[in-house]
Amino acid sequence: MTDSKYFTTTKKGEIFELKAELNSDKKEKKKEAVKKVIASMTVGKDVSALFPDVVNCMQTDNLELKKLVYLYLMNYAKSQPDMAIMAVNTFVKDCEDPNPLIRALAVRTMGCIRVDKITEYLCEPLRKCLKDEDPYVRKTAAVCVAKLHDINAQLVEDQGFLDTLKDLISDSNPMVVANAVAALSEIAESHPSSNLLDLNPQSINKLLTALNECTEWGQIFILDCLANYTPKDDREAQSICERVTPRLSHANSAVVLSAVKVLMKFMEMLSKDLDYYGTLLKKLAPPLVTLLSAEPELQYVALRNINLIVQKRPEILKHEMKVFFVKYNDPIYVKLEKLDIMIRLASQANIAQVLAELKEYATEVDVDFVRKAVRAIGRCAIKVEQSAERCVSTLLDLIQTKVNYVVQEAIVVIKDIFRKYPNKYESVIATLCENLDSLDEPEARAAMIWIVGEYAERIDNADELLESFLEGFHDESTQVQLQLLTAIVKLFLKKPTETQELVQQVLSLATQDSDNPDLRDRGYIYWRLLSTDPVAAKEVVLAEKPLISEETDLIEPTLLDELICYIGTLASVYHKPPSAFVEGGRGVVHKSLPPRTASSESTESPETAPAGAPPGEQLDVIPTQGDLLGDLLNLDLGPPVSGPPLATSSVQMGAVDLLGSGLDSLMGDEPEGIGTPNFVSPPATAVPANLGAPMGSGLSDLFDLTSGVGTLSGSYVAPKAVWLPAMKAKGLEISGTFTRQVGSISMDLQLTNKALQVMTDFAIQFNRNSFGLAPAAPLQVHAPLSPNQTVEISLPLNTVGSVMKMEPLNNLQVAVKNNIDVFYFSTLYPLHILFVEDGKMDRQMFLATWKDIPNENEAQFQIRDCPLNAEAVSSRLQSSNIFTVAKRNVEGQDMLYQSLKLTNGIWVLAELRIQPGNPSFMLSLKCRAPEVSQHVYQAYETILKN
Amino acid sequence: MIHSLFLINSSGDIFLEKHWKSVVSRSVCDYFFEAQERATEAENVPPVISTPHHYLLSVYRHKIFFVAVIQTEVPPLFVIEFLHRVVDTFQDYFGVCSEPVIKDNVVVVYEVLEEMLDNGFPLATESNILKELIKPPTILRTVVNTITGSTNVGDQLPTGQLSVVPWRRTGVKYTNNEAYFDVIEEIDAIIDKSGSTVTAEIQGVIDACVKLAGMPDLTLSFMNPRLLDDVSFHPCVRFKRWESERILSFIPPDGNFRLLSYHVSAQNLVAIPVYVKHNISFRDSSSLGRFEITVGPKQTMGKTIEGVTLSSQMPRGVLNMSLTPSQGTHTFDPVTKMLSWDVGKINPQKLPSLKGTMSLQAGASKPDENPTINLQFKIQQLAISGLKVNRLDMYGEKYKPFKGIKYMTKAGKFQVRT
Repeated sequence: MTDSKYFTTTKKGEIFELKAELNSDKKEKKKEAVKKVIASMTVGKDVSALFPDVVNCMQTDNLELKKLVYLYLMNYAKSQPDMAIMAVNTFVKDCEDPNPLIRALAVRTMGCIRVDKITEYLCEPLRKCLKDEDPYVRKTAAVCVAKLHDINAQLVEDQGFLDTLKDLISDSNPMVVANAVAALSEIAESHPSSNLLDLNPQSINKLLTALNECTEWGQIFILDCLANYTPKDDREAQSICERVTPRLSHANSAVVLSAVKVLMKFMEMLSKDLDYYGTLLKKLAPPLVTLLSAEPELQYVALRNINLIVQKRPEILKHEMKVFFVKYNDPIYVKLEKLDIMIRLASQANIAQVLAELKEYATEVDVDFVRKAVRAIGRCAIKVEQSAERCVSTLLDLIQTKVNYVVQEAIVVIKDIFRKYPNKYESVIATLCENLDSLDEPEARAAMIWIVGEYAERIDNADELLESFLEGFHDESTQVQLQLLTAIVKLFLKKPTETQELVQQVLSLATQDSDNPDLRDRGYIYWRLLSTDPVAAKEVVLAEKPLISEETDLIEPTLLDELICYIGTLASVYHKPPSAFVEGGRGVVHKSLPPRTASSESTESPETAPAGAPPGEQLDVIPTQGDLLGDLLNLDLGPPVSGPPLATSSVQMGAVDLLGSGLDSLMGDEPEGIGTPNFVSPPATAVPANLGAPMGSGLSDLFDLTSGVGTLSGSYVAPKAVWLPAMKAKGLEISGTFTRQVGSISMDLQLTNKALQVMTDFAIQFNRNSFGLAPAAPLQVHAPLSPNQTVEISLPLNTVGSVMKMEPLNNLQVAVKNNIDVFYFSTLYPLHILFVEDGKMDRQMFLATWKDIPNENEAQFQIRDCPLNAEAVSSRLQSSNIFTVAKRNVEGQDMLYQSLKLTNGIWVLAELRIQPGNPSFMLSLKCRAPEVSQHVYQAYETILKN
Repeated sequence: MIHSLFLINSSGDIFLEKHWKSVVSRSVCDYFFEAQERATEAENVPPVISTPHHYLLSVYRHKIFFVAVIQTEVPPLFVIEFLHRVVDTFQDYFGVCSEPVIKDNVVVVYEVLEEMLDNGFPLATESNILKELIKPPTILRTVVNTITGSTNVGDQLPTGQLSVVPWRRTGVKYTNNEAYFDVIEEIDAIIDKSGSTVTAEIQGVIDACVKLAGMPDLTLSFMNPRLLDDVSFHPCVRFKRWESERILSFIPPDGNFRLLSYHVSAQNLVAIPVYVKHNISFRDSSSLGRFEITVGPKQTMGKTIEGVTLSSQMPRGVLNMSLTPSQGTHTFDPVTKMLSWDVGKINPQKLPSLKGTMSLQAGASKPDENPTINLQFKIQQLAISGLKVNRLDMYGEKYKPFKGIKYMTKAGKFQVRT
């Protein structure tokens, strides 16, 4: 007698038969029928048609039958809301049952029925259950608040359930505390600004007490909640650490990792001289090592986190290298992670062991893993200078194996070693040249060609070697072609006499027979350089190259600090901050490590609190972690990459790019706005005459830059800045600026495809921000963006999006999607785009308001070096919607009283004091929301100085 | 928190789905199937997969994928630990965890899952408590239920649920009171070509089977507790007492449970109880290779090594092997190229060996990779780390329990490179 009998079907039609059974008088038969219904439900069959019949079975004393009906209800109530009402009565009755199990079950099930009408009836029973005498009911009710919040947040707030929930944090039962914390955390996640989990030393103490007594899952919730707290000084931090440390010995790995998170974060506040600091460091290693003996899935998550920890505090695991050695039957995802950590831990002390291991891995079966292992050897050489020699000889041994992919991979990394240690290991070139014929992958071929070109003077038959590559020039991939071109030019500059013919040949191949603009451009550049000024050519092409460093693959420190706050979460697995990927950017607050100070005020005022990302250069672009090894070692052999050139020939690359884009726009085949890089007028307004610059004046763009700015009526428009460099977005470069014209805000974007493939399917999304900026229309890129093409788009914006306070206030996080990937960046928008046209205040009103705003809301700033007089200032500000309400002359000073209004209705009043002859102005700002003052001041600065 | 759970068999059928919040369409599993296709073997499917709106976290146990769907930021370890708990619970309830068994007990499975999570928050995951809420099916109970119409759902709130010892049910009664502890150590090691140890570590556990009436309070002390510097305890162990006195003091759960697991790391010298001598050679020109393996005892503290098996994945170029073992049986599968040799006991006077030739693909060059030998063995009555229990005392109850301690050492991931 097993449940599989419930799956058997009859000819008559299952539903029909079930219906008859459900309405049977016999209890037993009813129960069996409900079981059959549930069984069908579990495998995904639709049995919603039986709703009324199943609900009829609900009134019963039989607990199992009741539970089964509840299970059914949860699944289907949504599809039959009217019918679901039938169940309400029973629920309400059950909430009064003397048996706590039934009370809890009723309130729990009711919360799972996501039907509005039912939730109304839920409030009263829920309120009772939250105060129930039985802790089992209370803890169930706590979770129910979270469920209800998910369905109807407003209702929960109106009914005051949040306060009741907060009270439960002080409940006498630890399980209730844990569930209340869990529920509050979940609610807080969708309400980032609310101070739901407002922690103070007292509540922390309660949590720490509950931590020792609640279930493992409760411990996770409490630890995660503790991690969000910022202790007021190092003593408090230490005492919390002391009480959390025992959790490191828990059998549940999630508890361990959450405890590690709390400790890693609070350690930041402890002084390194403290004895306790050292003890804590020692205590962290064993639990991390233990995580690695768990099941592979747990290992994987643990390894991703250890990867972060090792970067933040290498001292913790520096003696534990061996536990990261790879076992041959580890799953591939574990192997690759272990390998990455091994290299991070490699040092002079253990390099011999690491190399021996890596060499062993290079003979394994799995090709991907072998390749990574070979690359890792190269990374070791670059990281640990003393080991370079041994690494090179290991690589040579591997080349001797003649295994094709090993040889190719080895050559690629040897090239990097040459770049790090120039003129040191040329002796191996001969061995490399022997393997020339076996190279069939573009990357390896390109690397080999680079080596030949770079050391052309020491390779006797360099010209023959390069010539042999030249034969199939058109069949090669672009990176090989580019590399070959450069290499032959280098060879020519080194041995001009014998290779003139060769260089002519390659230049003509590149410029005349190739369709690839990159190649053609580079060809032309070389050609012109060589024909006009060979000496300059030599300086450019044979210039000294910057050394590559080992640190390129590390996670950027601010990002790392943020990620440390997210240990144990998905963010730590992806090595991206949650804002970058959590669904819909649901209100994510940037977390940051606490500062190492004992001051108690620093955490309160936003100005002094450590921001997650440094202001200034706001390019929070997340480097892709996927292929660190590949990225690190990828020279400019690939498609042209902007950004800090790691390149072999950085100088000529730059040159090529300059001209490259010029040529591109000369050929400009896209219809819109090539000649107007600085501003694209919003669709509604007339195009001013000076914007009608002729198409294709790629170079004149440069000159337009200065003359064009500011001549437009309307707000000041900053020149476009690069927001997302191509290097960080798989070849998509985005630069842009914000404009405000006749009441409409827009974001002017310039998208450049610097990748080799065509980009399509563009879309854009903003994270919630302080002023609710949101795209008013989808991002319209009409034609696919082909390589090296640039398109200008003006994206109209509105301010009706959802609002969340950002730090800094004018920060905007943007996600741009194309067919390749999704990219994230953040930028600061100038506040004056939010100044509305009806921002002129009546005089009386101005006076009254000025008096009305308390003096502590007044902020004073100095604007230096502004040569304008009061008239000019006034008119210039007016064009950006800062209106002069009144003007007075007091003791020879011009006083301008000005007003402006932001899109969200906030008024800002200003008093601008101008002394004729003195280029410094005094600006006093009064506003009910004083945090905007700083940004308004910046807006003044930008408008007046440009 | 955890949104939904899908159970998927190795042929890619979703045979069970459970939702704790709103229903997530099973089409979300398509992303999982894609990942499964990309991975060559089931073991290689990445445990965390992101899809446009959800995250899929999976574990692979007993040839079943347990795929959890989450929508917001949830600690992945939390989810994976929970999935393991689901597997353990199924095993506990039904003896084995397999597709047919789950299908046979689908209603109980569903009821159990509903008890384990509420709105994605763990509710009752201790098997002691679950079993009070939902009784595991037994043949007898099924028969009785059918006759009497009673149910297998408990209608009393489990007492342990909220007490200070949530892991133990109250009112436990036994006539024979007994407590057994198994100290089991597994050696994970990598031995290189020359026979020296690359890494070695010991994963130890103490599994207990405690059947004691009432509320016994036990203490367990060790001869050499200093060995245990990296331990993970069952929640019942009082941590403070361990910190100060190095004594395990606890009120045990009823039945089987893991009291603690520990880790003796590479820095302490780990004794390696076996050695493998090997001579595997391929020659470039010839289509024959030589193969010879001998196994022998090393540091066994005078105990016998039993249950020895060797297995090795031979290179693809090996067509067949003709070998003669001095003892035991061996097989070679020419399709998967898996060689396995069931040796049995090692007699130190007459070391077991396996000798013979390999026939290689004619004309092919010699294989790039060297086979790695995987070793399994058991040693009874020995904890290789030297850990020894000193004494076990019981307080709080009057009767005299029967106590027993067993030691065992096993090979974990024990690999010999050639």
